[in-house]
Amino acid sequence: MSPGNRHHSCCDGYTRSQLLRSAAAEAGKGLPAIEPGMPEPAGTGLSRRKFLSRSAGMALAIYGASKIPLSAFETGIAQAAQGDKILVSVFFDGGIDSLNVLAPVNDSRYQQLRPNLALPPGVGTAFSEDPSLQWHPAAAALATLHSEGKVSVFPAIGYDDPDQSHFTSRHYYEIGELAVGHRTGWLGRYLDAVGDSENPLQGLSLDGSLSPMIATAEKPVAAIDNVDGYDLWARVGDPIESEMFRSFARFGSLPADSPALGHVRRATSQTDKLRQDLAGVGEFSSPVEYPDTWFSHKLAGLAAYINFGLPIRVVTIRAPGGYDTHADQAGDLEENLRETCEGILAFQRDLEQRGLADRVMVEMWSEFGRRPEENGSLGTDHGAAGCAFVIGSKAKGEMVGEFPGLTSLDSDDNLMATSDFRGMYCSLLEQWLEFDAEAIIPGATGFARPTLVKP
Amino acid sequence: MAIPQQKPLAAKTKDQRRKRRRVWKDKHFRWVPDGQGGWRVESYIHRHRHKPKRGHDRGPGPKPARQALPGAAAAPGAPVAPPAPTTPPPPPPVPDVRPPEAYQGTFGPAQAVRLLQRAGFGPKPGQAEQVASLGLMGAVQSLTRPSGPATLSGPAPRDGDGLPLAPGDAWGHDHLWWLDRMVRSNQPLVERMALVFHDWFATSNANVSKAQQMIDQSNLFRNRCFGSFLDLFEAVTIDPGMLQWLNGHENRKWAPNENYAREMMELFSLGADRGAYSEDDIREAARALTGWRSDWSSQLGSHNFRFEPKWHDTGTKTIFGKAGNWGWEDACRLCVEHPLHPSFFVEKLWSYFVPTAPAPALRDQLIQTYVSSGWQIRPVLESILLSPDFHEGPPMVKPPVVHLAGMLRAIGRPIDTEAWVWLCDQAGQQLFWPPNVSGWDDSRWLDTSRLRARWHLVTYVLEEISVDAWNEPYKTDETPEEALARALASWGSPALSEEHRAELLDFARRSQNLIIANWQKGPYRAMRQNALLQLIGISPDTLLQ
Repeated sequence: MSPGNRHHSCCDGYTRSQLLRSAAAEAGKGLPAIEPGMPEPAGTGLSRRKFLSRSAGMALAIYGASKIPLSAFETGIAQAAQGDKILVSVFFDGGIDSLNVLAPVNDSRYQQLRPNLALPPGVGTAFSEDPSLQWHPAAAALATLHSEGKVSVFPAIGYDDPDQSHFTSRHYYEIGELAVGHRTGWLGRYLDAVGDSENPLQGLSLDGSLSPMIATAEKPVAAIDNVDGYDLWARVGDPIESEMFRSFARFGSLPADSPALGHVRRATSQTDKLRQDLAGVGEFSSPVEYPDTWFSHKLAGLAAYINFGLPIRVVTIRAPGGYDTHADQAGDLEENLRETCEGILAFQRDLEQRGLADRVMVEMWSEFGRRPEENGSLGTDHGAAGCAFVIGSKAKGEMVGEFPGLTSLDSDDNLMATSDFRGMYCSLLEQWLEFDAEAIIPGATGFARPTLVKP
Repeated sequence: MAIPQQKPLAAKTKDQRRKRRRVWKDKHFRWVPDGQGGWRVESYIHRHRHKPKRGHDRGPGPKPARQALPGAAAAPGAPVAPPAPTTPPPPPPVPDVRPPEAYQGTFGPAQAVRLLQRAGFGPKPGQAEQVASLGLMGAVQSLTRPSGPATLSGPAPRDGDGLPLAPGDAWGHDHLWWLDRMVRSNQPLVERMALVFHDWFATSNANVSKAQQMIDQSNLFRNRCFGSFLDLFEAVTIDPGMLQWLNGHENRKWAPNENYAREMMELFSLGADRGAYSEDDIREAARALTGWRSDWSSQLGSHNFRFEPKWHDTGTKTIFGKAGNWGWEDACRLCVEHPLHPSFFVEKLWSYFVPTAPAPALRDQLIQTYVSSGWQIRPVLESILLSPDFHEGPPMVKPPVVHLAGMLRAIGRPIDTEAWVWLCDQAGQQLFWPPNVSGWDDSRWLDTSRLRARWHLVTYVLEEISVDAWNEPYKTDETPEEALARALASWGSPALSEEHRAELLDFARRSQNLIIANWQKGPYRAMRQNALLQLIGISPDTLLQ
């Protein structure tokens, strides 16, 4: 009998990982059964069983062997089992050049403004909804999904009186409002409204840090850079380890008398919860082949997480590379755009294979587009209206707002917007997440809602 | 996934491990103030972590310059005198006579710890008491008015193979090189201000040819961090790293590139959303900044940075309503002369040291200090470090490198592994790689991803002082109180808040209750010690400054 078993009589000190280990130690006795009445996880129960048993051995012991009340994690699984919709937000950081992603090759002004950077006619697929536009060859994967009716394109999205600061404009998009200095993101406010106070996975940044977009006022959210696992390693073993984590958790739950201390406590508590929640998650496999990139690997992990039934509602991830292409734009943009689009295509195919595609919608955005006229460094400076995409099996697949053309530009010689990003948010909230946009987006009544979701 | 261990513990024999932890005690000498403006020699025991060479430097070094005597210092009510920008003044006067707007409370070791943490990288063992003995004025000025070049004391930095660093060449060694200065320099505020300006004028290796150009830029910050902001701003504007990062060397009169012009106003001198400038001002400033160029080769990258008059736009530009044939220096000067610059400057500098906004009266006073000194950084900085808000206000979260450098200083460990590069990256702060031109976001240092990296920073810091629970004998009758005292001593005896101390003691007791069999007595106590060390390193007390 391992020393850890002394804890079985005491619930509040032990962690999932210890249960796994102690169950493994008793594996000779055979696997315990799932308790009757346990909620079926999302996806299919079988796949979850496979997932866990492949990665962590005896994980099913959690349900059978102990009489613990449903932990936060299991509560979360119960929520996810209702088939919640998931929104994945992909951010092109730096202001992607929309005039190269969907190039107006048949606009006569285009070649004039872009003597070096114009995409030549005929190198990419024509955009079926507007014959003046053509997909960048590196966005071929997106064109494929579009031809299947799974991409709604915003060829010129923005807002009135555009701000050309990365940080200001990005902040607007993150908070869903034209204001500065706000602390909660638009998706964070959504999570505050519908989320669970014990489930950090409901808002997940698959990056090294939390996206301000899912910054909440109260509910926990999480950031994971490495989808292959999440643990905290120290030179301490059982049974002392569980007591150590108990104290670590206590550091996270004591009262705080300053914002900074509150910040530390919150992060500590969320880290400890995530450590417990993800203790059984390790290796995963995918039914489709992904490109061999870190971005794709994270998406593959995400698909596996969703399949496993982790209680995820909103995900943010940064597209690979940077898009602030003031110089030598052509090569950088092509490489990064290709990596992003091919990853998204593989992710969609993965979800389709697993039968999850009806639950996931991807939204791709950037803080602004770039100036139609190229600069002297084979690059482009900050512009105004840019592009956005809503992707998924349930996406309506229709262009929102027309491409305004390059003949008349705004007072700063930038592209004029034909759709407002807050309208996109309102539609995603109401049509996809099925939540009242008025409660999330200030002034929501004033924005036209494009139809983004198939009936 | 267990995080990869650089040196698997199991691969080492017991003897090898024990040998590594030996400490060589050695008598050293140093100069200490004698309280009358002079200096006396004091001996102390230095605990070498590596065997010192025979006859290695044991002397106290050259005697420091005589200190100014009391009386010449600030009279009550007088503002802190702005020092001459060119030659650094001698060591500080000692009397603790504070201006009325300064913090008037006790200045003991606890206050000295905060000062050393925010205006440096935290105390070495015993340093808080020594700094407290200088009094508040003396302590602040010992940081803001260093004399001569910095000295680095302690073992030189090494990479994981025990070789000297190659900061200009080997990947990540630039990070280690600076981290070493944070750990060893006797002018910690110079390093901290260099970090402030690295964030303020955030430039990243991502778009700079050579790491050496980044290191040169950081030296620019070191050399100018207390002087005129306009001098600093001008130097940064034509710094090769910055010229590459924001395309200044590709900004020609035929095709201006706005990148630097925008950020110089938005991020460096005026601030966004304050109505300080228009898009036209940015475009005109971009024209004023034209003319810098460089050469490029596959071997050297961008090099030979110079001003090319033929590339400069000599036409009239109108910036902030002022028309003239402006050049790059004018662009900098016009920003600094802008009525909204002083408030931007003092608030931004303030925010690096105090988490709450200054009261309007204090803010105005700081602006006054800044403007009347001719845009000098030091007088504003001294006022901030003396302010009641700094000493009595709420804590701040330490940036990752400050957390790490502080831990290394506390346990006396030199730079000896490349692990700090990827661990700091995971924690959100690899030096010379800020996330973008606005620098690191101080409000987002901690989340589940970054706190996990902080945890592992602690794990790695403790690499050599942790105990091998299963292979080394450990005291079998250590009490919970003794265990906590030992762990705290290993961390250089930091002050813990009462609630955390109580929790740690409770942990130590709970752990002891788990011991039932005789064989568990030593190993469980060893693990308890490791866990205490870990918990102290990741406790709110250590994460906050």
